Amino acid sequence: MSGAPASIRRATEPLRTPWGQRGVAAVAIGVVALLPLFVAGGGTFLDNATYALAYVIMALGLNVVVGFAGLLDLGYVAFFAIGAYTIGWLGSSFFAERLPNVHVGVTSFLNAQPGIHLNYLLIIVAAAVLAAGLGALLGFPTLRLRGDYIAIVTLAFGEIIGKVAVNGSDIAGQNVTNGKIGITPIDSPNLPVLGQFTTLNLRPWYWLALILALIVLFINFRLRDSRLGRAWIAVREDEVAAVSMGIPTVKVKLLAYAIGAAMGGVAGTFLGAYIQEVNADQFAFSFSIFVLAMIILGGLGSIWGVVVGSVVLTVINRGLIPALNGVPQKFGLDFDPSQLGFGIFGFLLVIMMVLRPQGLIPEKRRARELTEGLDAEEAVYEVKR
Amino acid sequence: MEASNAAVSRPRRSRGELSDDIARYVLIGLLLLMPVAFGIHDLAQDGNLSRLATNIKDGLSNGAILALVAIGYTLVYGIIELINFAHGDVFMLGTMITYGFFGTLGLTAATGPVGIVLGLLLTLVVAMLGCGVLNVMIERVAYRPLRGAPKLAPLITAVGFSFILQNIGLLWLGGSHRSVPDIIESQHQLFTIFGVTFFNGDVLAAVFTVPVVVGLVAFIGRSRLGRAMRATAQDADAARLMGINVDTTIGLTFLLGGMAAGTAGIVYGLYQTDVWFFQGFQAGLLAFTAAVLGGIGNLQGAVMGGLIIGIIQQLSDNRIETRWTPAIVFAYLIMILVFRPQGLLGEKGREAG
Repeated sequence: MSGAPASIRRATEPLRTPWGQRGVAAVAIGVVALLPLFVAGGGTFLDNATYALAYVIMALGLNVVVGFAGLLDLGYVAFFAIGAYTIGWLGSSFFAERLPNVHVGVTSFLNAQPGIHLNYLLIIVAAAVLAAGLGALLGFPTLRLRGDYIAIVTLAFGEIIGKVAVNGSDIAGQNVTNGKIGITPIDSPNLPVLGQFTTLNLRPWYWLALILALIVLFINFRLRDSRLGRAWIAVREDEVAAVSMGIPTVKVKLLAYAIGAAMGGVAGTFLGAYIQEVNADQFAFSFSIFVLAMIILGGLGSIWGVVVGSVVLTVINRGLIPALNGVPQKFGLDFDPSQLGFGIFGFLLVIMMVLRPQGLIPEKRRARELTEGLDAEEAVYEVKR
Repeated sequence: MEASNAAVSRPRRSRGELSDDIARYVLIGLLLLMPVAFGIHDLAQDGNLSRLATNIKDGLSNGAILALVAIGYTLVYGIIELINFAHGDVFMLGTMITYGFFGTLGLTAATGPVGIVLGLLLTLVVAMLGCGVLNVMIERVAYRPLRGAPKLAPLITAVGFSFILQNIGLLWLGGSHRSVPDIIESQHQLFTIFGVTFFNGDVLAAVFTVPVVVGLVAFIGRSRLGRAMRATAQDADAARLMGINVDTTIGLTFLLGGMAAGTAGIVYGLYQTDVWFFQGFQAGLLAFTAAVLGGIGNLQGAVMGGLIIGIIQQLSDNRIETRWTPAIVFAYLIMILVFRPQGLLGEKGREAG
């Protein structure tokens, strides 16, 4: 190894997390977990924080597909939809008159309601399995395709799911999704320890989102350092080289889609329950871009970056933009700042890609590639031609 | 852009070529599925094909707009291998420019014929230049700095710019549909052949589209700059060695694509008499599907694909249900990419793999 150039040596060094960083992470998680005890249980702050955690789950899922495996997925909203409809179907009175009543592990109040009411944990498992299956299904047509075509196929898939959701109030005479009227109300989870899930007390919701986010975070870390995670990175960097090293690209790519989709599905069930409504309007293309902007902002493939990116974008989306209300009028301009949401995310994507493509908190390995890898790659390329 | 020239006669056909041919026929079969099924249905029900012919005529008129937008996708992809996501929204701004400029000129349905012709020509020039220059600026800001970066990077800025342009449209004309003055009376009946009635709008779509397409094909095929574009598309480095200014050539490609989108914008405004900030998203995806169907990078393919997608769209609107049309077209897109990613006229090995 002593003869190898410095850039290669540095690129092959193992990525280890120092104990100091682990300590910081543990303290941060402790603070975040105890936070709700010091703020109002039904306030805007806790509401926004809960959304932020739900978006963290979603962004971490997309990070597996886009960040680790390098498959640009523009239809991620589809898995949000799958998760949300899973809880809409299995945790509401939507099927009350059409299917036999089913009650598993729910409160006595819900036991008296008609329709299908399953315990939230069962719904999470169902949503994860369903979303993973659909994710793998989506993966099939993209296997032969190159990067930008994958983006288009996933976008088309997301749009098809969105159209099915909108038109789903009448598919061959059956009301499957109730379209833009939506399925409501959705059952609140019934879980021990956390407390009563109500709209007035958001603490249990927050803690549930935090637990889910931590589990997903842990899975992300373990995946990144696993054999599978390294296979993803190899496929991302050079598919041909990865194949010749014996990596089964089909299996590896499908697993990326399935795992990313499952996380999106889990976040979908949580948001469905939290908003208490599943409505076809929620599943627009712009949501896919919203989640994509989170991971681009934080740094593709960087787990902590993605967490920071989702929190920052939630703050912009739910805090900053509403706070700007009325400001343009003061300058004699006539527009509603809430209309600017799209443009701001678009602007962030462009600016980040042009000025700081590695994101706010770059992933170590990718930062190395972006700074040192570029010259080396260029040289190889020129010789090959 | 060099599709048909590659058809060199070979004595023996390998298995790969055979399966390639099969894939092509599967794709053609898929495309013919709807027209043939509805044709048989019509013959059984009415005893003639005039309803199908009317559908196809409407489809061709709509498809002309898609073809013009698809040209922009295919030119840009041909030269820098980037799906210019923002292109659909450039087209949308073309319609908005048309709407705004009609207001500036004071064109209404009551204007005299000479005024309408002159006004339309002037609007066409403004819309083409506006969209062309806008497209060049987008390239300069969002794509040129990323030319050496990983493939994903310019694609993401393209998506970002698409959102920025939509937001500009939203701030310009608001969130609701606006109606463009129907100055050419697009629903006025002109003549009827074999039970198919042609309206002003249909003729207008042809009058705008055909010269622009012919002009573009001639420019790219015959002029010096067009040859520079084809050279850059084949091998940018070699083109640079031959003394071609690659940056200018790429800028020119974006200019041409934007001008085609501007033309599409004005035709859309006159034909649909409607403008909306979100129209570019859907039209862009349909046009992209058309470009892929024809074989991306191939100009003739894009036009053909646009017309075919227009017909599919119209058949689905008229026979199935309008609300399912986007899902059907996207399903076609996925099937095309699965069976034959290089499209009907495209070369092998360029897109997939």
